[in-house]
Amino acid sequence: MMDSKENKSIKIQTTVDDHRIAKLAALAISLHLVEAVLPSPLPGVKPGLANIVTLFVLYRFDFATAAWVSLLRVFASSLLLGSFLSPAFALSLSGAIFSLGVLFVGQYLPRKFFSAVSLSILAAFAHMAGQLLVVRFWLIPHAGIAYLIPIFMGAALVFGVVNGLLTNYLLSMNSAKQAG
Amino acid sequence: MKSSLKMTKPLFGDVLVLFLGLIFVGVLFSTLWNHAPAAKVQIRLGDKIYATYSLDQNRTVEVKGPIGITRILIDHGKARFASSPCPNQYCVHQGWLSHMGQAAICLPNQISLELLGGEKPFDSLNY
Repeated sequence: MMDSKENKSIKIQTTVDDHRIAKLAALAISLHLVEAVLPSPLPGVKPGLANIVTLFVLYRFDFATAAWVSLLRVFASSLLLGSFLSPAFALSLSGAIFSLGVLFVGQYLPRKFFSAVSLSILAAFAHMAGQLLVVRFWLIPHAGIAYLIPIFMGAALVFGVVNGLLTNYLLSMNSAKQAG
Repeated sequence: MKSSLKMTKPLFGDVLVLFLGLIFVGVLFSTLWNHAPAAKVQIRLGDKIYATYSLDQNRTVEVKGPIGITRILIDHGKARFASSPCPNQYCVHQGWLSHMGQAAICLPNQISLELLGGEKPFDSLNY
């Protein structure tokens, strides 16, 4: 039997990993929110800065942590933006799931030849593909959106390269700090 | 700190991925943005093909739909809704169609135009 005093002292056991995931996810959420208020020339074309965090975590820790951070970011940001379960949330989620799928395979690419830039480009393409599938089959079931695919994919390439370079830079800073 | 600002030499795999990415986007642009000029205009009324005209010959087509007569203009390789009895006039405001695969529809009068070339690039209408 539980009395009220015992009820109050219920504590969730958290591990160091949980704290780390929470901190990194908070960082990703803040980047996501900053990006949400940036004006965009075309709805859907966004730099995807939060993916820098996902990539950084993938390199610094492991895939499971990166997946946690990415998905927590999607859910928490949608709650903060008030778009939970809305089309915007569905786009965000499908993009995140597709890019995580590519990262899961891509993490096995030899590190000697492929840096975060490669993974970032591939993940950006996958992110766009996931979003476009949702748009095509749910939001705008019309083949006319085919005209927009080249623009979206071109933007994905550009931002993929930029985010990958930023991730490489952060990783090199981080390792320099740890070494020194 | 200064050393970390220096650009490291790009890795072979990164350059390869970037190159393949550029080709991928290039192929997308060339396949999905083929603004080939159209040769024919197909007019549909309801669920049937009403008529198909060549865009070479200028003419005005009058089609009687459920709510009245819609006039379609064909002029120098282009086609458009010239007038329509529909309330919102979306079809008329869509203006001239000149590229293969372009389409305009007038839902109230159940009439649609679709420009055809040698072959259809993709299914531009599905309903």
